[in-house]
Amino acid sequence: MTPAALRIESVEMRYGQKTILRIPHLSIAEGEILAVIGPNGAGKSTLLQILGLLQRPSDGRVFFDGQEITGCSDLVALRRRLASVFQEPLLFHGTVLDNVALGLRLRGTPKNEIKRRVEPWLGKLNISHLAGRSIAKLSFGEAQRVNLARSLVLNPEVFLLDEPFASLDPPTQASMAEELQNILAETKTTTVFVTQNRAEALMFSDRLAVVIDGQIAQLDRPQDVFSHPANEDVAAFLGVETIVEGRVLSSAEGLSRVALARHEILVTGTYPLEQEMLFCLRPEDITLLLPNARAALGLNANVIRGTITRIRPLETQLKVVVGCSFSVTVLVSKQAFIDLSLARGKQVLLTFKPSAVHVIPKRLSHER
Amino acid sequence: MDLLWQGIKEAIRLLLGGDPEVFAIVLLSLRVSLIATATSLILGVPTGMALALSRFGGRRFLISLVNVGMGIPPVVVGLMVAILLWRSGPLGFLGIMYSPLAIIIAQTLIAFPIVTGLTLAAVQQLNPKVRLQILALGASRWQMLWILAREARLSILAAAMAGFGGVISEVGASMMVGGNILGQTRVLTTATVLETSKGNFDVALALSTILFALAYTITLALTVVQQREKAP
Repeated sequence: MTPAALRIESVEMRYGQKTILRIPHLSIAEGEILAVIGPNGAGKSTLLQILGLLQRPSDGRVFFDGQEITGCSDLVALRRRLASVFQEPLLFHGTVLDNVALGLRLRGTPKNEIKRRVEPWLGKLNISHLAGRSIAKLSFGEAQRVNLARSLVLNPEVFLLDEPFASLDPPTQASMAEELQNILAETKTTTVFVTQNRAEALMFSDRLAVVIDGQIAQLDRPQDVFSHPANEDVAAFLGVETIVEGRVLSSAEGLSRVALARHEILVTGTYPLEQEMLFCLRPEDITLLLPNARAALGLNANVIRGTITRIRPLETQLKVVVGCSFSVTVLVSKQAFIDLSLARGKQVLLTFKPSAVHVIPKRLSHER
Repeated sequence: MDLLWQGIKEAIRLLLGGDPEVFAIVLLSLRVSLIATATSLILGVPTGMALALSRFGGRRFLISLVNVGMGIPPVVVGLMVAILLWRSGPLGFLGIMYSPLAIIIAQTLIAFPIVTGLTLAAVQQLNPKVRLQILALGASRWQMLWILAREARLSILAAAMAGFGGVISEVGASMMVGGNILGQTRVLTTATVLETSKGNFDVALALSTILFALAYTITLALTVVQQREKAP
């Protein structure tokens, strides 16, 4: 195991009476990329600022490179070994070059060395042609590239990113994420990276932390977090829109029969009988059919009949909510929407594979 | 209307004719008010930044004092300075009552809360994340203050204009602590008051025209700097 670049122990952050962050332990290994996701206001940014030595926690200890910094009065020298990028490109008066060079200038780097170090990063982030331009004349995407270059040029030991692409348009977002991924693969910099984008988190990180209500609800390899959310909140945040309470009726040979309200379905896996559990379905794992397709396709298991109660357009697909004895959310392509002439009140069938159902233990009421 | 016209003609004559007395008054007014404005900037900008950025007990009380000070009548400041500098007063031993220095002190005290208050507001208006961003780039405390002041420079220029406008046009304090002594402490405003009371409206008008032109020119110069900065 590589030594921890950053570690926090029993950290708490309070504003007045309110505790907004409580993390018993978190360590980030050297060279690791940790993604942090969670709903707005969950404490992600505060966590990042504590890790970036920009805010002192109300309680607890922070270690950087094995050294405890909690009592340190002069953090400037330590801070200069890390770099933080915020969601908005907060650039300062002057040209693009002035801004990219600012951190080096603050460190008293000689002029010719600043020039030597800044130029390659201007190139890598495709902003060389903007070097002499005033920051007032930049587009938002350009400004965010300058923001990234400004931190990358510092060659930090730890890189902390707070939703750096969130306010960009989707195509720019995707291309910048890819560029950054390449840069990080090359520099092998320890990185903590806050995002709201689930795909970004999955694609980018060695480990993924889900922060909900100021606590780390789950911390694991990203594929494990996505396939086995630890609880209902994590599942809901990761895009499982259908979570139904149910009871296992029988369980044999890796397949269980489950009662979900008035329906019976098959679920992969063996579970204790007669115990209340939560059954999760992702919208993309459910297929929507018209009632007459049942016979044609020879379906009999895991078919649920229901009525469309709501249709919401998304960017490339439509989100359809179907009411049966509970409510199920399904994603439907635009073509399917037209072909099946879907509308509110229409009767439809829903079907899914037994392996698409994810089972999580039901939380006892006092755990909330 | 005739009076106004006469006044303007007299002002032009006094200015172009290079009347040495008027020239001395103009020069003294400018010198006193520019020094007072500069001093209030040197003291007020750091004070405003400190009040904006630090958290300590009594901070709100100090801020309320600054805000009250922004609107304090110059006569009141003049009175306080006069009491301090009076021969038998606490600072009487300095012997600076009725000197340009006394006016500079009074005017500095008038401009100081204006500059402090406007700087405070300007720095507080900056996105709080700007501070974090500056620290994240590895700035020391002094480097951070310097960058913040640079970011707030347009508002600090406005503070300079407000401060200068406040003191060049102020009459009460200059009269009380300067004494309107010809050739020593007579400035444009006090001279205008004197000439008006003597019924010399043409001279008074001439002096106030000069005063207006001066205030306008200096403010215009600062405005040009400010707007050139702002225009992308």
